[in-house]
Amino acid sequence: MRMKKAWMGAATLAGALFAGAASAAPPTAEMLSNACAGCHGTKGGSAGLTMPSLAGQSKEAIIDAMKKFKSGERAATVMGRLAKGYTDAEIVAMGEYFSKQKLHATNQMLDKAKVAKGASLQEANCSRCHLEDGKEGKDETPAMASQWLPYLQMQMEMYLSGKRKMPEKMEEKVKPMSKEDLDALLHFYASVK
Amino acid sequence: MTLDRRSFLKLLGAGAGTAGLPMIGRAAELMPKTGRRVVVIGGGFGGSIAAKYVRMLDASIEVVLIERNRQFVSCPFSNLYIGGLIKDLSSLTIGYDKLAANHGIKMVYEEVTGIDPAAKVVATKGGTLAYDRLIVSPGVDFRTEEIEGYDPVKTPDVIPHAWKAGAQSTLLRNQLEAMPDGGKVIISMPLTPYRCPPGPYERSCMIGTYLKKHKPKSKLLLLDANPDVVSKKPLFTKAWNEYYKGIFEYVPAKKVTRVEAANRTLVVEGIEDFKGDVVNFIPPQRAGQIAVAAGLVGPDKNWCPVNPVTFESANHKDIHVIGDACAPPSTGAPMPKSGYSANSQAKVCAMNVVALMNGRETTDLSGINVCYSAVSEHESVSIAAVYKVAEGKITAVPNSGGISPADFSIAKMEHTYAESWLRNILTEMSS
Repeated sequence: MRMKKAWMGAATLAGALFAGAASAAPPTAEMLSNACAGCHGTKGGSAGLTMPSLAGQSKEAIIDAMKKFKSGERAATVMGRLAKGYTDAEIVAMGEYFSKQKLHATNQMLDKAKVAKGASLQEANCSRCHLEDGKEGKDETPAMASQWLPYLQMQMEMYLSGKRKMPEKMEEKVKPMSKEDLDALLHFYASVK
Repeated sequence: MTLDRRSFLKLLGAGAGTAGLPMIGRAAELMPKTGRRVVVIGGGFGGSIAAKYVRMLDASIEVVLIERNRQFVSCPFSNLYIGGLIKDLSSLTIGYDKLAANHGIKMVYEEVTGIDPAAKVVATKGGTLAYDRLIVSPGVDFRTEEIEGYDPVKTPDVIPHAWKAGAQSTLLRNQLEAMPDGGKVIISMPLTPYRCPPGPYERSCMIGTYLKKHKPKSKLLLLDANPDVVSKKPLFTKAWNEYYKGIFEYVPAKKVTRVEAANRTLVVEGIEDFKGDVVNFIPPQRAGQIAVAAGLVGPDKNWCPVNPVTFESANHKDIHVIGDACAPPSTGAPMPKSGYSANSQAKVCAMNVVALMNGRETTDLSGINVCYSAVSEHESVSIAAVYKVAEGKITAVPNSGGISPADFSIAKMEHTYAESWLRNILTEMSS
């Protein structure tokens, strides 16, 4: 009992020393999300070619990705380790924050013929889930518009090698497509602003 | 009366918090303060971000960023340049024009000569600046007075530290390129804490890469003052054993106490000599000189204790310290001295400075550190952690974070992520 009191005394003293700590509110969505910008860019607009933009991404897609990183269901490099540092409520707050930011429009050097071919492939095969030319997504389908081509290509490679699991409906569409068709699709998504 | 350097610093220290510096009172005001103003000292990973985020959060606050250099050269990735994997420093170099224009930040390219916490004035060579709140992000300086024979001006011209990127990085690279095959390279690193915990080990891998490719008969020695590898140990150990065997040797517990620049020799504990053809001595460190002079360092006289939520100095009101210079309030699990930590702390500090200036409640820290190290030409490894405040201390969230898998199974992918990280963090700072 005595021990416990002494310990509590010490904790109170620490609190008093750092008065700001005692009266501070828990981290806001902005506080949580700002820390991500070191890798994903200010407000989630990425300048790094293999790093996805989070700005304008759908809330459901971010929550889905973070929860799968946290559980280990989705293969990761640093994201698995980082996602474990957040509660589910914090993940929802970050998803909301990034979904409210303006889409980060990129200017990429893209093959025009591939973009045109990709546009018709998207319309015929993918548009039921990848809505509005990939600017939006059904349920937890991620928005694809304006992501960097190298990032999209890296993710497609992971899907094809089985490192990242495709949703069933996506698998049905992707399996019969040629590599050229898939690459054209990615060119199209990268071109959308 | 003439003052030597030591007495001058003592005078600066004594002036802080009392009557202020006599010279501050007399110098001309550089930019008269009309409304509310935040002054930021230092345009590195911390200061540039603090200036930007204060303006993003409240455009009615005037922000003045004081930086002595027109351009900033990133320390992260400078080891790849030293090892010849990056052609020049242009991809690591940024300016401040776009940052200033996009956010209405007023740039002052001057050297800070003093801070008067009582009068709330910063003195530069060009004149003084008044502030309501001051954010100090001065990085590190070297404790060269602890090293016998080290001349702070002349020694680094012969024995580069290359621990501040730029001309020093180029000097070390040129020395390696000029060295004949069969030469001996020595890296010496200080006891913790110092800037960038995995940096010296990454450097050994990058110099190892260069020697293996161009000068395979050469030897490389890493003298570590610490009793063991202090960062990413399993990962660097694997790289040393698998990629640099026969060239590289790691020697722990070798604290250098004397340098002899003339014959490129390092002396450990005053008795054991290590002579090299190229010698890279990384001196022990403390908070940047301006923080020391302003009386912002704690009882250890090296690092600045701060509030873990607002980063306000424990010594002086209305002055905040971020980045490498700051010592979080306890020695328990502080955020590492990295560029990412400084970036993350800058945003927390900016948010809370704006809250305090508007009479609003402050918000608890939520921070991240991610740090990549190259271990070979196409592979990098990482460490990552999420930080929160618990019981008044900045603490890594339990059961999260950690280092890359030890089998290097994701090292090629992390190498590309490292490049994207660099582009993003430098873009954050420069736009």
